Amino acid sequence: MAYSVTTQTPASRIASIAGLILIVALIALPFFAGRGTIQDMFFILTMLVLAQFWNLLAGYGGLVSIGQQAFVGMGAYALFGVVILWGLDPVPSILLAGVAALIIAVPTAFFAFRLNGAYFAIGTWVIAEVVRLLVAQWKTLGGGTGTSLPRSATKDMWFVDLIQDGLGVRSAAARDILAYWLALVLALATIGGIYWLLRTRRGLALAAVRDNMEAAKSVGVDAARMKWIVFLTSAFGTGVAGGLIYMQKARISPDAAFSVTDWTAYVIFIVVIGGIGTIEGPIIGVLVFFALQSLLADFGSWYLMTLGVLAILIMLVAPRGLWGLFSERTGIQLFPIRRTLRGGKLSETKE
Amino acid sequence: MSILSLTSVSKSFGALTVTDGASFDVPQGQALGIIGPNGAGKSTLFNLITGNLRADAGSIHFEGRDVTKVSAMERCLTGIGRSFQIPQPFEKLTVYENLLVAATHGRNMSEAMVRDDCADVLERTELIRRANTPAGQLSLLERKRLELARAMATQPKLLLLDEIAGGLTEGECQALIATIKDIHAQGVTIIWIEHVLHALNSVVERLLVLDFGKVIGLGDPDEIMASREVREIYLGIDV
Repeated sequence: MAYSVTTQTPASRIASIAGLILIVALIALPFFAGRGTIQDMFFILTMLVLAQFWNLLAGYGGLVSIGQQAFVGMGAYALFGVVILWGLDPVPSILLAGVAALIIAVPTAFFAFRLNGAYFAIGTWVIAEVVRLLVAQWKTLGGGTGTSLPRSATKDMWFVDLIQDGLGVRSAAARDILAYWLALVLALATIGGIYWLLRTRRGLALAAVRDNMEAAKSVGVDAARMKWIVFLTSAFGTGVAGGLIYMQKARISPDAAFSVTDWTAYVIFIVVIGGIGTIEGPIIGVLVFFALQSLLADFGSWYLMTLGVLAILIMLVAPRGLWGLFSERTGIQLFPIRRTLRGGKLSETKE
Repeated sequence: MSILSLTSVSKSFGALTVTDGASFDVPQGQALGIIGPNGAGKSTLFNLITGNLRADAGSIHFEGRDVTKVSAMERCLTGIGRSFQIPQPFEKLTVYENLLVAATHGRNMSEAMVRDDCADVLERTELIRRANTPAGQLSLLERKRLELARAMATQPKLLLLDEIAGGLTEGECQALIATIKDIHAQGVTIIWIEHVLHALNSVVERLLVLDFGKVIGLGDPDEIMASREVREIYLGIDV
């Protein structure tokens, strides 16, 4: 009997059906949910995208960056720039936000790749601060105090009319629904794209580099190229998310758009709590994060201290996060990537 | 024709010279053994040949091409495969996936194209029943076999084995020798560093002796082992 390879498991088959139902429900959400729910879901989805890209970078690529705010901020400012200065529509400009992040990612990688481990982390942070200070000099976009998207641009945004008429809502609510749907598309594309990458031979190479760099090079893996692919992909995705987040906010300032707390610390919290190095981890993490934020947001600094203590506890008790804990006990994986060899001599001895 | 030739290759770490003007040729299809006391620079010599380390001076030619400045990754693609002295598996990947990484990248082919070749290597190295086990859970013998299997998955023309028989029981060692002989019989050139001399001498056709980074003997294994210099330096026997 010939050999064959499969990555599917019974759990993953059930998960893919449940996933499809969930996706349909999420697409239909604006038809029966209120504006508050839509805004909350927008927050969850965009944080999920940021978390998935940080996870790709740190969990799979071993590149622990604490400078992802550079790409959020750069993407956001690029969107404001092309809308305000060139008069482009905000919706397609979201993709240009990703391109802008990609452009600064190239020199960032050029410098940061000379550093390893903790030095790499600090290096990315320093670069993000430099970008923030440079953008704050951009007087046309409000310098250090920031600026807003012009009303004319947000009012006539693509699809807003359609949503307004189709769902019978006001313009502001229609904009939120549009942002939500775009965030949903982005989140699905991100998860789908990362899952696809991990299932290709590049995904195997990533795992090999993470486990043992010297051995990976010795079997022909281009370790340096893998680092570039992962870093640039993450920068692009993070930039797109940044553009979308600030399109929805419609108001920007350097301190907010380049906030290390909002766009990197929270994101790391989400990934660590949920489980680093898995696709499921950030999904669990973002739900926990949102729940904590809803419960504790009124307690100010106590909220931040709780997050910190919780993160430390999880790191000590369950270093692979909540999903890691669950997956270890049950063996369940919703996004399996393990290639299982079957048939041939393996089927001869099946008891 | 020689598949590999080293010309005055040297490497130092600070003031310590670990490879000192090494020059030798390995003919196509030959099995060459390398012996020498601990710290003689055997593994460093391997790392220079595979590109995991760069030579400070001298040149290395593989199949007539100067590869002295070529990276480890590219040397693998041109047909140099290796095992590590201390097994370096991709621990979280399964045995099959370990081979898959090597085959898809070392041969630049798709997963579907290399599937049967990987299964074949697993059968030949007697790892097939462990195909779906994470490499981190393997025993020492299995790890050594995985080192061999992963190198084989890249379909090397030149295979470098670094103390692959060390630490095995006699029975395990014999089984491994049979596998290596099988690989050699298919025309793969082998360079093998080993302290387990009887294992080495049952496979190799020529022996190279290294001491303080210098090649101090190269020739027929029986003659080399009989020579006074080798017995003094390597075996520590007063003759």
